[in-house]
Amino acid sequence: MKRNENREGIKGMANPGRYGIERFAYWLMRITGLGLLAYFIGHIYETSNIVNGKTAWENMLSMTQTTEGHVLLTLVIGMCVFHTANGIRVMLGHGGYGVGKPARPDYPYTPASQNNMHKLCIYASIGLAALAMMYGMSVLFGE
Amino acid sequence: MSETALAEEQSSTEVSSSKIVTLRIAKFNPEHDSGQQYVDFKVPYERWTTVLDAVLDVKKHLDHSVAVRYSCRQASCGSCGMKINGRPRLACFTKISELNSDVVTVEPMNNYPIVRDLVVKLDKMFANHKKMQPYVIREDSEITAPTKEFNQTPEQLEEYIQFANCIKCGLCNSACPTMATDSSFLGPQALGQAYRYVADNRDKGKYSRLKIIDESHGIWRCHFAGSCSQVCPKGVDPAMGIQLLRGYLLGFRK
Repeated sequence: MKRNENREGIKGMANPGRYGIERFAYWLMRITGLGLLAYFIGHIYETSNIVNGKTAWENMLSMTQTTEGHVLLTLVIGMCVFHTANGIRVMLGHGGYGVGKPARPDYPYTPASQNNMHKLCIYASIGLAALAMMYGMSVLFGE
Repeated sequence: MSETALAEEQSSTEVSSSKIVTLRIAKFNPEHDSGQQYVDFKVPYERWTTVLDAVLDVKKHLDHSVAVRYSCRQASCGSCGMKINGRPRLACFTKISELNSDVVTVEPMNNYPIVRDLVVKLDKMFANHKKMQPYVIREDSEITAPTKEFNQTPEQLEEYIQFANCIKCGLCNSACPTMATDSSFLGPQALGQAYRYVADNRDKGKYSRLKIIDESHGIWRCHFAGSCSQVCPKGVDPAMGIQLLRGYLLGFRK
């Protein structure tokens, strides 16, 4: 008999609303990671155009001077800052730092690993990314 | 008790119910159904009525065919894990009144094969649990050579007692985003139990367990989303256990 595995798949990751800010940070980390990977590949393609001569290089560079290019770079700044700041939080957690100490649990069983310091770090990462994006926009669009 | 008295008692139970909730049950039989179907039932409830009470009410009075697994009704056996309004919970430990919803949707837990309706197959979770060597490993014994006791201070007990509360309900594996995409991942339940024994000062099997979990579908696939800890009905906090365990592998903990 064929049994349904009933796995949520990517849909399970893409629905971060059910488990609070930590799951949202997990989802955002995946999205920004993929976004940065896409930018990295595009960046290699862009800079490799330098071998085609000065005109080709300047043509490619002019694409980043458009409104769409500025919006894209602003997003890249935000993704980069969030991924870095949240990545430091996650890396420290992975080493066992800041995840609390094992103790006899008391009802209503608030998990120590999901403590306020982590929540604060997540909000700070989002805030820093927003600030960096605003600064980026002021520089890019303020010319 | 006479038949009239019994009838009166049943009717008085229904009359005293102040509210009605719509219980939406996901029905699916993998032997002949192509997909899940949701069936709605109107169920009376009181402030103290649990989701399991409501499902059993439906089973008793409205649809005998609803398949549900349960036993202790007091969050001790871990049998009645299911997805309630989109989140894995124990049906016996979730009151309808605390859900603040007129519609309560109950579905089988994700990341497990469905046996029927709300019942899922937990074989793989138990196999992974067994893989973690869930027992104290050492050559001498208190039982066969009772020459000494394995002493443990209250502080040493605190190191793992939280993780010994696991009732193997499987809610953590159902909430885990890695389990949602990787069928070979050991899962937070098994990894949390690995920490339970590694942190036990009587145990000498630390390196054997660390070797088991140190593989591509093992501990490194956890990305610390923490959903496992948020849904645990016993306060086990598998996410903490996994990160502490990773601390041993990375050399931050001895």
